[in-house]
Amino acid sequence: MANKNTYLFLVSFFLLSIDLLQAEETIDSLKTENLKEFVVTATRPRHETIPVQTLSGDELQKLNSNSIADAIRYFSGVQVKDYGGVGGIKTVNIRSMGTNHTGVDYDGVQLGNAQNGQIDLGQFSLDNIEAISLHNGQKSSLLQPARDFGNAGTVYIRTRKPIFDNDKRYNARANIRFGSFDLINPSALVELKLSETVNASFSTEWLNSSGKYKFRYRRVNPAGEIAYDTTAVRENGDINATRVELNLNGNMSFGTWTAKAYNYNSERGVPGAIVNNVWRRGERIWDNNSFIQGSSTMSFGRWTTMQNVKYAFYRTHYVNNDDKQIKVDNLYRQHEFYFSTANQFDIIKGWSASASYDFLWNTLDADVYGFARPDRYTNLLSLATAINISRFSLTASGLLTFVHDKLQGQKAPGNKHVFTPAVYTSYYLLRDKSLSVRAFYKRSFRMPTFNDLYYADMGNSQLDPERATQYNLGVLYDKSRRGLVSALRFSADVYYNKVKDKIVAYPKGQQFRWTMLNLGVVDIRGVDLSALTTFNPWQELFLTLRGQYTYQRAIDVTNPADNYYRDQIPYIPHHSGSAVVNAQWRGIGLNYSFIYVGARYNQQENIRYNYTQPWYTSDISVSYDFHIGRVKTRALAEINNLLSQDYDVILNYPMPKRNYRFTLSFEI
Amino acid sequence: MKHTFFLIIFLPLLMVATSCREDELVVPTEYDIIPESPSPHSKVRGFYLLNEGNMGSNKCTLDYFDYLTGLYARNFYAERNPSVIKELGDVGNDIGIYGSKLYVVVNCSHKVEILDSRTGIRLGQVDIPNCRYVRFHRGKAYVSSYVGPVLIDPSAPKGAVYEIDTLSYAITRKVTVGYQPEEMEIVDDYMYVANSGGYRAPDYDNTVSVIQMIDFKQVRQIPVAINLHRLKKDCYGKLWVSSRGDYQTRPSRLYVLQKKNGFNTMEVTDTIPVACSNMAFFGDYLYFYATEWNNYTASNTISYGKINIRTLEIVSTNFITDGTEKEITIPYGIAIHPETGDIFITDAKNYVSSGTLYCFSQDGKKKWSVRTGDIPAHIAFLRI
Repeated sequence: MANKNTYLFLVSFFLLSIDLLQAEETIDSLKTENLKEFVVTATRPRHETIPVQTLSGDELQKLNSNSIADAIRYFSGVQVKDYGGVGGIKTVNIRSMGTNHTGVDYDGVQLGNAQNGQIDLGQFSLDNIEAISLHNGQKSSLLQPARDFGNAGTVYIRTRKPIFDNDKRYNARANIRFGSFDLINPSALVELKLSETVNASFSTEWLNSSGKYKFRYRRVNPAGEIAYDTTAVRENGDINATRVELNLNGNMSFGTWTAKAYNYNSERGVPGAIVNNVWRRGERIWDNNSFIQGSSTMSFGRWTTMQNVKYAFYRTHYVNNDDKQIKVDNLYRQHEFYFSTANQFDIIKGWSASASYDFLWNTLDADVYGFARPDRYTNLLSLATAINISRFSLTASGLLTFVHDKLQGQKAPGNKHVFTPAVYTSYYLLRDKSLSVRAFYKRSFRMPTFNDLYYADMGNSQLDPERATQYNLGVLYDKSRRGLVSALRFSADVYYNKVKDKIVAYPKGQQFRWTMLNLGVVDIRGVDLSALTTFNPWQELFLTLRGQYTYQRAIDVTNPADNYYRDQIPYIPHHSGSAVVNAQWRGIGLNYSFIYVGARYNQQENIRYNYTQPWYTSDISVSYDFHIGRVKTRALAEINNLLSQDYDVILNYPMPKRNYRFTLSFEI
Repeated sequence: MKHTFFLIIFLPLLMVATSCREDELVVPTEYDIIPESPSPHSKVRGFYLLNEGNMGSNKCTLDYFDYLTGLYARNFYAERNPSVIKELGDVGNDIGIYGSKLYVVVNCSHKVEILDSRTGIRLGQVDIPNCRYVRFHRGKAYVSSYVGPVLIDPSAPKGAVYEIDTLSYAITRKVTVGYQPEEMEIVDDYMYVANSGGYRAPDYDNTVSVIQMIDFKQVRQIPVAINLHRLKKDCYGKLWVSSRGDYQTRPSRLYVLQKKNGFNTMEVTDTIPVACSNMAFFGDYLYFYATEWNNYTASNTISYGKINIRTLEIVSTNFITDGTEKEITIPYGIAIHPETGDIFITDAKNYVSSGTLYCFSQDGKKKWSVRTGDIPAHIAFLRI
């Protein structure tokens, strides 16, 4: 059972992406001279009925983010579990419903992990990422794969699309990054205009780090005298990873198409928990993940159709070499095939409908004793309709999911079918459409994963899907104009979620023997607030302030006989928030970000033995853009955890003290 | 005016930022008053209860109940030993008192902690990899360990028993036994070790190793049943050995080993048709409980029983008589007060929250219960 959680790790990448001003923000005035050619002249995107948060372009790169998971910390309503270091696991939990309810979508196709349902965000570099957005509920677009209607919340990752200036035939960029933890991280991106209608991009990177960092544990007695104070070096957190990504984008007479090939290959140590007398462990993991995917979108009059197809192969090799523990050497191989067709029809102006069908096949082969080698066939069918009448919009969708599992040499559990509806609506209170109110109701579920169902001795094939229901009510104010305050955005949402039949580990027999049961009920009430404003106080000086606050009460209401009944669930703080201040003057940028995560409990019972202190970190970065001949150059220096706070996000997984990173980027 | 929006955002932020980090305090002890009156001539001063704590949580804790004061002290190790980095450790597995010292086996911290049994103050530490259980004999402590020599078969090393000198805390001898040894006992200068082979599932070990104490060599392996765990001697020199079974088709069972007249070798003489997770003796009776997972009903089947150790008869199938057993989720430890015969049962609940210690009188009625640490499991009585 030791490797229950070991498939998810995060490589950390922080990268320079191009300065592609996200159209949503429409702060064109922010663009600096040398980046002008990359500004997209897209129109303002559709108004999102459901709360959405986006980080993109320049803003994204200046947030001192190692990885996509780090950037997501700046979204409200989100908790990132972080096991520390460059190679430590980082998982994302939206509105306390659990990591497995969170979908992650990479360039239009959802990433899958049928084994444990958790996505390793670390394999997706920030290097070529244009935008990350987080949707509570679902995207309010009608034309999307059926699968996208299914999650309780989704993180959308969009890579950069090549844009060629005038008669340029290529773009090229090289990055080199180095810093604390013996980090070396070079990367390169080449974009070619193959013809008037087809372009290609090739992106690659290498990341190497010893993962070594100092951490400190200190205790004082009530009189204030030091009981112990020890500093040690985190061991076995090294990583060596490569990523290669090839994209082709094309235009057709009726639409567009894209194709992508992706490979991520890594070897890393698993640092493990720091406990008494144990400072080093012997677990290692090798990942080799590849996928190819293609997509096309075509419009014929009032009918728009989108096709997606994907094949993925994930290979994970896990070894525990610790002399003192059970020897483990397991190989896991996952295959996934996915096909989706989404069709939207505009019935009359202001009324459209869509139907999508997805087929998904997953299989997992593991050389683990007692493992059932499951095959899973998932069929998803969604129907949706949207009405937009002047200031009012309403969307309703329903998703039918059929799941059929097949096992080798065993009787498979019965087929499962689930219907999950969603309704969302919004209304503009003001004529200029700057202020709107919105509401949504959504039901969703997560299938038990292969590990939950079939993992050797622990799995329970009788599990039912875990269900979540969300209610959300919010307001949004969003306005951009000329003058001192060029953009102002504010949103507030209150929500009530209920998770039922939550799949929890339940003890059986003796000595850490577990099984999985549909036992938990969680009641979640929360408030998300976020605000963004851009000032132009003087000449070319621009200031952007971004703030976000989340209150959450997520309590366990499973059974009044439990001694943790109505206690806050583990690792969910009541209060959390972040603040970012960004100043830009000509080529110089300065960024300060602050993250606060309030007190939490590391186990179900809210008693002092389980209390975990709040943590808060300040990160700063300075960037400077200049030209060397034709080459656009950027230098970036970052200091993370400026005040060198010693904290654990997860109990016994210490986080790094102050650390540094430097980046040089060249672009032609 | 628009700035007020921004203020609305930052006000709560400022508010929460005021709840800052404080110095991490030494883990404090909590006290509960137990309605138990001390008997005036009792030789039992109190008992220690070791809470295992879930793997990786570093929450192995030690509780102490004192019959004289009637106070139950929860989690008192850190307060007594504040300078020990990261406290008692990860996953306690056994506890024992010998002479004036308390020995705590901390499995995933790979150490045996030696404390003064009266004060709980740390005297020393012996590092033993993957250590499991402790027993004592003639001035030495014996600790079973899953890891013996690494070289023989690196994929499944045999286990070992380490001998520790109780004065110098030095490892004096070591013997290789079967796979993943668990409990052991010493009878007539031979040590008997139950081998589980838990790391080799489904090829479990099925033997009890016999170690000759004079030269500390394994002289024999007695085949009993797969996946052995408990091994306890009764006052008649018999050994009671439990098998965990394979958790699927082969159920847990209890076996009796004894010497035939005129022979010096133990052999299996009886199989008691009950599942057994742990046991304790009082007078002529063995008290046991069993937790077995039933795949069909997706629930644990829990049983409590009592066996006459002379006739080997099951005399009771539930020694709890007042219905309290319905409150117990996962019985995880059993101990019997050597004088009063009070029966202690611990409840590990879901392994990741505080457990409960129940005290039952000899007639099976609940006297009291108290909240413990995570996974309460092992009890050692302290004599005056």
